[in-house]
This record gives sequence, structure tokens and C-alpha cells, in this order.
Amino acid sequence: MPDKDGLTAALPVLPPVRRIFRAVVATVVPEAAGLSDEGWCDVEHMVETALRNRPEAMKRQLRLAMRGLQWMATLRHGKPFTRLAPPLRGPFLASLENHRLKIIRVGFWGLRTLALLGYYARPEAAQEIGYTADPRGWEARGIAASENRGAGPA
Amino acid sequence: MKNLSYDIIIVGSGAGGGTVAQELSPLCAGGVRIAVLEKGPKLRDDEFTGRELEMSQVLYEDGGGFLTADKTMTLAFGCAYGGSTVVYTGTSLLPPARVIDHWNVPGLTLEDIEQRATRFKIENNVQLVEDRFINENNRLFVDGCRQLGWESRQFPVNLRGCRGSSLCNLGCPNQAKQGTNRVQLPKAESGGVEVITRCEVLRIGDRELTVRVSEKAQGAKGEPSAWEPGEYRIAAKIIVLSAGSINTPALMLRSGLGRSLPRLGHGFTSHPAFIMVAEHSRPITNAVGHPKSFYLDQFAERDHFVLETCMYFPFITAKSLTGFGAEHSRFIRAFPRLQMILVLACDDIDEHNRITIDADGKPVVHYRFTPQVTHGLVKGALASARIFFAAGAERCHMPVSSGSTTIEARDAGRLEELTQESGFVPGKIPVSAAHLQGGCGMGRTSADSVTDSVGHVHGIPWLYVADASLFPNSLEINPYLTIMALADRVAETIRKDAPNLL
Repeated sequence: MPDKDGLTAALPVLPPVRRIFRAVVATVVPEAAGLSDEGWCDVEHMVETALRNRPEAMKRQLRLAMRGLQWMATLRHGKPFTRLAPPLRGPFLASLENHRLKIIRVGFWGLRTLALLGYYARPEAAQEIGYTADPRGWEARGIAASENRGAGPA
Repeated sequence: MKNLSYDIIIVGSGAGGGTVAQELSPLCAGGVRIAVLEKGPKLRDDEFTGRELEMSQVLYEDGGGFLTADKTMTLAFGCAYGGSTVVYTGTSLLPPARVIDHWNVPGLTLEDIEQRATRFKIENNVQLVEDRFINENNRLFVDGCRQLGWESRQFPVNLRGCRGSSLCNLGCPNQAKQGTNRVQLPKAESGGVEVITRCEVLRIGDRELTVRVSEKAQGAKGEPSAWEPGEYRIAAKIIVLSAGSINTPALMLRSGLGRSLPRLGHGFTSHPAFIMVAEHSRPITNAVGHPKSFYLDQFAERDHFVLETCMYFPFITAKSLTGFGAEHSRFIRAFPRLQMILVLACDDIDEHNRITIDADGKPVVHYRFTPQVTHGLVKGALASARIFFAAGAERCHMPVSSGSTTIEARDAGRLEELTQESGFVPGKIPVSAAHLQGGCGMGRTSADSVTDSVGHVHGIPWLYVADASLFPNSLEINPYLTIMALADRVAETIRKDAPNLL
């Protein structure tokens, strides 16, 4: 029985919808368009790690949402999302984000969250954006925090 | 299935369970057998790395991604030795008197809460962060409030040897935060209480529990459970539920207690929150130093919001901004120049907002944003934007905007016009909550509540609740110190009841 932080092998979520997922990520985070193959593997690894212990029903819903995206783009633009010209993809996703139906908005929110997780949870992304938190805290910035004894009982 | 027997079982090891464990531990010297059952793992000190995804996955329920039933709000709560006290920022406040008055629980007074909390403040080394270790993200908040004539206050925090990693919400990598994992649980264990990790309680029956112990997977963080993996039936003369506002009501519901306790699961509140972000023209110290040092609560009563300083990590920050694409990226890529404020709405109980269970007995949280919550979040966003611009920000991200989500400093005079309640669209605006309260509210009888004022479940002499699910309505401030004070009341009652029950 795997526990909550278990590393037990689970079926990956993304392979059947990889092209759609990458098109969503590159629209949500424009800088992702410049990722190498290795970079994309890292993005997908982050997402698979986050989903590993989530219910199978949720994983099915995510795949369904990505396929629904293809279908809705076809209804609106006559071609699936992955074949839309990049300038059309952003406005199409924005229409889902602002859709009158909550279920569509929530579905897009879920995909957007995965895209952001895949891209920004990578250590490389922290470097790119200048995020410099360090467990050593002030000491990593040359300030001796050992003197930080507080200002007395509150 | 293996059979075991204890005198007292405590379910959960956070602010409630950890406190009860410590306060009951002297009974062990007299031969009383006490165990704490914790679903999550116990990590070694060197396993707290501060890495965002790695730590979220291991310390939070559902990796921090637990969603409400309609998926419009994310609920963050801990699942580890120490519960949510491992992942909070250590803010140690007492509730306003008007909140406790409004709760109107017979026999519960602010004086009683204060008296008990004072002891825990000393025990947990609650203090104010020294001025020279306040970072600029916090200073700008104070400056902005001052410019506006608003009175920000400094959070007392429970730290010992803080190095300012800013990583509190990922579990302190320096073990500086004095949660139950550092203070109460070790003390309880040294007094003879057993703490069993990776142990999920499936259901409770008449003075018994059915639990499942999980195996530690190869390569996973944390120590293995003290018990062999598998299912157990545990006889217990007293059971104390401290699994939090979601899991305590859910456990009781799947154990069939909803039939005699019609209010079980009701009265859930959560302080729904979102993050406001602004960009300054120069780098500021933000991802170093204690992240949550100041707050502003003067609008809580009138406009139903509280503001707190905060600083989050790359993914959580990205997820918390509305929108996507170039405008979104521009803010994230300005990280060294970002100032952040957390807007928390003070939500009242609402009949819709409650905990139920699904067909598998898993918790389902129903939550809708009432007009009061929407008003609080929008007014809080507006106040945050004012603080940002008063502190010199160049632009801010406005999630509840009528148009673009970016507002430039030159438009600071038009904030009222640019910020609209109609811009609050559930499912579009990223809302999250970490102050989960209610579900087993205290009161008089089973018609209006689940427990009495000391956490005793109505009609079940051997069952107690000791966590934030006891709150009859929202607290309007960070809850952990109040949870500890209430848990202390529960422990005191159990000590009095013990001769009859054990």
C-alpha cells in the first residue's frame, strides 16, 4: 500500500496528451517555447510527480479537459488547439478563462495550474526569475543571523 | 487485522492533538497508555530542504492541492508529524474579544483563552522579530500603511534561532519554528506518549478505531511508522479527534455519527484569501527574512478583510496571479522587485459551506463565496493596491480588475474605478485558504452544535474533539494559538473525566 509521499510507480498522465499539454504550457508561459527537449522532460516530470498520488479519476479528468480543449478549438476555429497559430491560442484560452460556464473556467484553471507548476517548480525557473531564497537565510547574504534572538517576549 | 488496546487515542498531531498529547502525558506515569495517530510522516531535520514541489508533496494533504467541491478554492493543510504547525509561519495572535462574544459558547471567555494561551506563548518562545531582521517586503507594507494613516501591527511569532530562510510554509529547514513537532510532541513522547506516523484512521466505533498503517515507499522522505504496515483494530477508552476541520468531521461522518449529530460538518469557514503582488523599480529583500511579520486588521469589522505580509515561492506565486501569457510572465520575472500582501476575507458561517463525504468516505468541502466574502476580498485588494502605491510601487497586479490585471502607478488615483466586485469570478480568480475552521462547532446541544464548550461530543461520553473544527464561526485571525488554548481545555476536562472513563 503506497503512502502519501510514496514513490510507487503510477501510470503517467501526460503521454497520451503530450502535444496538447505542451501547446498549453507554451501559451500560458511564453518562455516555455524556448525549452529544449530536456527542459520539456523536466516540465513533464514536475507535473507527473505532482499527480503521482492523486486519484485516477482526477487524472482522467485532466486528460479529458485537454481533449476537450482540442474539440472546443475545432468548434470555434475549425481546427484543434494544437494546430492553431500561436497568436490565436492566447485569446482562445482567455475565452475559456472568462467563460460564462464555471465548469469551463475551472477546467481551464486546472490546466493552467499544471502548466505553471511544470514550468515554475523547476530549479532552472527559480534562477531565470531571480528567486534566491536559501535555507541559510540572512547568512547566505552575508548577514549574521545568529544574532537574531528576537526583540524579547511578545 | 491486528488488535491493540490503549487507554487514550488522539487522532492527529497538529496544534490540537500535539497540545492534548502533551497535557495528558503526565497520566502515563500512572500507567495510562496513550497514543497519537498521525496520517503523515515524521521527517528527519535534514530532510527539510525548502524545495517547493518536494516539500509540498510530503508535508501537505494532496500536495497542497486539495480543492473544494466546485474546484474554485484550494485548501492548504498539513499532513505530517506536527500537522499544520509544520507549515504555518508561526504567527501567534489571540482573537478579538468581539469574536469570542459572537461565538456565544457557554463557559468560554476570552480571559480563559488568554490565560491558557499565555502559557503556550512562553513555551513556544513567542516573540517579535528584531527590527534589523525585518525585510523590505515587510517594511514597505508598514511604510505604505503609515503613509495612508493606517495602523499596521507586528505579528508575534514562535521562533527560536530563526535564520530568515523565508521558507516557513515549506517546513522550516532550520527547525526554528516552534510548532508541536518541535515542542509539544517531543515533550509528550518523553513523558511516555507513543506517536504513530503514517497511520490513517478509517473509522471509529464504540470505543474503538480501525486504522491503516502505510508502508514507507522506497526513496520517500521520513521515518517508517513504528507499527508494521497493515490494518489494526484499536480498543480505546477515550478518543480525541484532532485531525483538523476537514478530516475530523469527515471521520465522524464516515463512522455514522451524522445521524445523531445533525450539525456535524456544518459551520465551515476558512478565511478565503488571495495574493496581491506589486513591482518596485529596484530589487528589495523579499525571499529572505521572516515572510509574515506585519498585518492590518482595522477593516475586519467594517469591510471583512485582514491584510498580512507574505512571500511565496515561484510556482505558488505564479499560480496565485490571475491570467497567463506575457502580462503574467512580466510579474513573475520581476521576482526580486516584488512586494506581496495576502488578503484574507473574514467569512461568516453559511448553511451551504460544510464538510460531507463521498461514496468512498473521503471528505468533500462545499464552499460558496458569499457577498460578504466577495466584498472583503475586493476591498482588501483595493487596500493592498493603495499600500503598494503609497510605498512607491511602479505597478500592481489586480486580480479583480474590470479590465487589465495590471495597474500602473500613474493610475493609482483611479483604483476605485479599476477595481470592481464584478471582477471577482469564481473559477477564474485563484483563491486559497489555510485557516480551516468549524465542522464540529461548540455549543449547547446537538441541535445547535457537535460538542459542548470543552470539546465533549454530545451524547458520546468517550469522544472529544480538540482542533479548529470546534470553532463555531470564523476567528478572523491566524488560529493556532486559539486551537492550543481550546485543546488545553479539552485535556483538562479529560483529566477530570478520566477516573470515570479509564
